[in-house]
Amino acid sequence: MKKQEVPQDDANMLEGKFTEPCYAVDEEGKYIKVGSVGWEPKNVIMQQAWDAVHERVEEIREQVEANELSPIAYYMEKQLMDLSVLSGYTGFFRWTVKRHLKMKNFIKLNDKKLEKYADAFEISIETLKKKELL
Amino acid sequence: MAIDFKHEQSAHCENGVASNLLHFYGIKLSEPMIFGIGSGLFFSHMPFVKVNNIPVTSFRPLPGVIFRRAARRLGFSVKRKKFRSPDKGMAALDGLLQKDIPVGMLVGVYHLSYFPAPYRFHFNAHNLVVFGKENGNYKISDPVMDDYASLTEAELKKVRFAKGLFAPKGHMYWADKIPTNPDFKKAIIKGIHHTAKDMLGIPVPMFGVKGIRFMAKKVRNYPTKLGKRKASQFLGQIVRAQEEIGTGGAGFRFMYAAFLQEAAEILELDWLNDTAEEMTQIGDLWRSFAVATARIVKDRSQVEDAYNQAADILLVIADREEQVYKDLKKIKK
Repeated sequence: MKKQEVPQDDANMLEGKFTEPCYAVDEEGKYIKVGSVGWEPKNVIMQQAWDAVHERVEEIREQVEANELSPIAYYMEKQLMDLSVLSGYTGFFRWTVKRHLKMKNFIKLNDKKLEKYADAFEISIETLKKKELL
Repeated sequence: MAIDFKHEQSAHCENGVASNLLHFYGIKLSEPMIFGIGSGLFFSHMPFVKVNNIPVTSFRPLPGVIFRRAARRLGFSVKRKKFRSPDKGMAALDGLLQKDIPVGMLVGVYHLSYFPAPYRFHFNAHNLVVFGKENGNYKISDPVMDDYASLTEAELKKVRFAKGLFAPKGHMYWADKIPTNPDFKKAIIKGIHHTAKDMLGIPVPMFGVKGIRFMAKKVRNYPTKLGKRKASQFLGQIVRAQEEIGTGGAGFRFMYAAFLQEAAEILELDWLNDTAEEMTQIGDLWRSFAVATARIVKDRSQVEDAYNQAADILLVIADREEQVYKDLKKIKK
């Protein structure tokens, strides 16, 4: 890649926080570092991955509203966690977390357990209790 | 307290941390040099190992390996420590900082407050250096940022003890025995040999040049085997592994070419410049593969033909890379 070919296709993926250094060749064929704000194919691929996440979150929102899945399932998906990540942050076993993803088990949880989930998601325990889906 | 630590931004976190740490100890090696000496170029495609139900493709060895190899070949000794208790982990860090030792560490990306949101997922093998503490805030040299950053004690604790796959458990590392006069030539040649061997010699079809051909075959079959939606997700994931932070397919080829240019000068081998040029063109081919993929993801028409075209690019890449590693293998010890 020549230095003038280093892509500058901004899709705000980096939110202006930094530019990504790319190695590219100058006029003499020597390698230098050039900052890039983004590249169209990469933006498309990243958007594809995020669209898939958002789609799953919406599916789960509907299931929570239908009283099948619990808000824990919603926040887990929304914060890109899986069972092992959430189990790590709460200290519950994976199979325990899996149980708590069902609404019928969730409503029986006491404050102490809810607190652990609220901490893991960095939300308030009231939000969880009121089944608010932020 | 703060140590006089020079931060230079880099394209890949592990090389960047290694380069910045070594620089602190008076050994100035660029990011590509660390990458080459540490044999950072690799390829594997494992359809049986899945994350989020999508096969894993990787353009690099396991996290930590590049730095470990580079340090060993340059004669550094590196100390490492993990912790059960977050408080003990933070206290141990403070102890090292008090002795003016910059500390490298593995952290989770998800809670890194200065990271752009689209890049924040539960990836637990990001590297950075902590080089000071002021008013309870830690001074951070994160190689992807163009400047120094800072984290509060609570923030640093959270990312050091992130949970999930490859949980870092407070993993920190620092240079211990520092060599006075490392033999660069020897280290470079070792690094090159290792890369050539990894890319040509692993007798399993999922790795190295063989792995690229293997993946090409899989890609060709994606649309008939998986259906449109899943096929485009699988293909997209390959390019994500190729182009996102911390990985790098095309980017790694360019970085390796930059390494070969520097190596040509140090080893006084002019032909390495030609190899670098070939590697540059191969990097451009990886980019064409990404362009072809993005087109498929964006507009799912004329599917089968498009997948075949993408697979064909991979086969050309495999052939040309094979020749490069065969040439590199011949370099004299």
